[in-house]
Amino acid sequence: MAAILEFERPIQELENKINELRKFSSEKGIDLSNEIAILEKRAGEVRKSIYGNLNSWQHVLIARHPQRPNTYDYINFIFDDFIELHGDRYFGDDPAVVGGVGWFNGRPVTVIGQLKGKDTNENLARNFGMAHPEGYRKAVRLMKQAEKFNRPVICFIDTPGAYPGIGAEERGQFEAIARSMSVMSTLKVPIVTIVIGEGFSGGALGIGVGDRILMQEHAIYSVITPEGYASILWKDSSRARDAAEAIRIIARDILELGVADKIIAEPLGGAHQDPEAAAAMLGKALTETLDELLKLKLEDLTSQRYEKFRSIGNLK
Amino acid sequence: MVLDAFRKQKNVAAPLELENRDIPDGIWSKCGHCGEILLNKDLIRNYKVCQCGFHFRLTAPERIQMTLDSGSFREIDAGLLPVNPFALSDYAGKLVEARNKSGLNEAVIYGEGTIDKIPVVVVVMDTNFMMASMGTVAGEKITRAMELATAECKPLIIFAASGGARMQEGILSLMQLAKTVEALARLNEAGQLYITVITDPTTGGVSASFAALGDIILAEPDSMIGFTGPRVIEQTIRQKLPEGFQRAEFFKQHGFIDKIVPRPQMKETLAKLLALHLQGEK
Repeated sequence: MAAILEFERPIQELENKINELRKFSSEKGIDLSNEIAILEKRAGEVRKSIYGNLNSWQHVLIARHPQRPNTYDYINFIFDDFIELHGDRYFGDDPAVVGGVGWFNGRPVTVIGQLKGKDTNENLARNFGMAHPEGYRKAVRLMKQAEKFNRPVICFIDTPGAYPGIGAEERGQFEAIARSMSVMSTLKVPIVTIVIGEGFSGGALGIGVGDRILMQEHAIYSVITPEGYASILWKDSSRARDAAEAIRIIARDILELGVADKIIAEPLGGAHQDPEAAAAMLGKALTETLDELLKLKLEDLTSQRYEKFRSIGNLK
Repeated sequence: MVLDAFRKQKNVAAPLELENRDIPDGIWSKCGHCGEILLNKDLIRNYKVCQCGFHFRLTAPERIQMTLDSGSFREIDAGLLPVNPFALSDYAGKLVEARNKSGLNEAVIYGEGTIDKIPVVVVVMDTNFMMASMGTVAGEKITRAMELATAECKPLIIFAASGGARMQEGILSLMQLAKTVEALARLNEAGQLYITVITDPTTGGVSASFAALGDIILAEPDSMIGFTGPRVIEQTIRQKLPEGFQRAEFFKQHGFIDKIVPRPQMKETLAKLLALHLQGEK
């Protein structure tokens, strides 16, 4: 059972009532199917009304839902025979970034993604999806490998940012992120990046320079977390909700701003309500996008990638 | 060309007398390192470097004046104004403030000029304009400079300084990182020289994009550089950072900077590097 978010309480209350009636009905042998049907109809309406009118902060809560499917989940659902490949060959293996090879629609692909955990222990092991330089250098290694074997690269973005620590800085976090973006900008195979949860700062963009940027319906993407924005600009991190509204971070906004190319629908209430269905929707969108990209000639692919970023915030 | 080293000024007013007073603009400056009070005209003559070695931050016009051949600089797109894509009123106010404080329309200026008669495209970031944060227009100007250098087969020199991406422009500011990196890749493919000069401070998205990608990366002494600023790191790890952490010398030691160049030697060093990369005979 998925954890309930505050704004989902009305749905939860109706569901509780329905369950009580069902239990009562079966225990006492009284037919309450009419009452139950009415409540179920009502619950359906409330669900639609709540999930259809989410504000930015509510998207943030869904994007960060502890049970939201992560990179591993999507890898397991949509790629066959995935084999994880480890290490940057220089220093170590970053557990916050996973990468490897697998089959997608009968074609070998390279998959790279930031990985958040689903509980405290997993998150500690994965550094909450915050990569060290080794993560970006592993990504670069796997992308160059993909280029050598002419297979597309699929990147899953899900991170609050790059890891802010001593070792990360010492080993050149800034250089690692810049290098990864640089390699992506000229890579001679299609790159699809998909924001599946939260994508913040250069830490996200470090594996985000692709031919297409897809976002799941409840994913969020911006330069800094709403908490960071509120704390730095307003000296008040409790105003994160206001920040989330002010700088436009939800998928619909990112599409409107010309950064995202496509929004991938999610099951009602978010991907965590039905991970398998969410994965199917994601897989379908990925198929369509890859089919488009694989038709392009190499020079068109790289020139379109250039134009894509060149035109963002274009001035007339 | 031999550049003047700093000559110690004998008749500087006693620092103690002035310490607790406001220092009038335009006459005196106080060294951020040793506390010495310095006459501005002497300071300018000495590249705004204190005798203790402390490098004062420069304005973009000062940087141009100290680096390019006199009168050679022609600024391009000086009139481009920042945009406020989400119509934030506090940002609008900050932009006005920044314009007044810096005398610039944006945190970035770029143009063409010569260094020891060698034509270059140069970009200078000015921390007086919102900590030289990179918004859409700053990113656009940097990208145009890269495209100009590529089209005109000229070396590109960027004096980097920045607090990072300009948060008030959200995702659009983040995407300027990708945009500049893409444009640099084209300069690179064209075989053009790109020199980065890291100045204090170069952090956040700017450090993690074009500033990190120079063929040659120079830095001014003691410049702060890094992806995450020291305060955020201290808050995260809950311990004090060691002395000198994230300074240019630290990153040189860790292999991320080619050479630390004191400001009085900057022009000369750039000229030598440019000459070494001239196509054809000298």
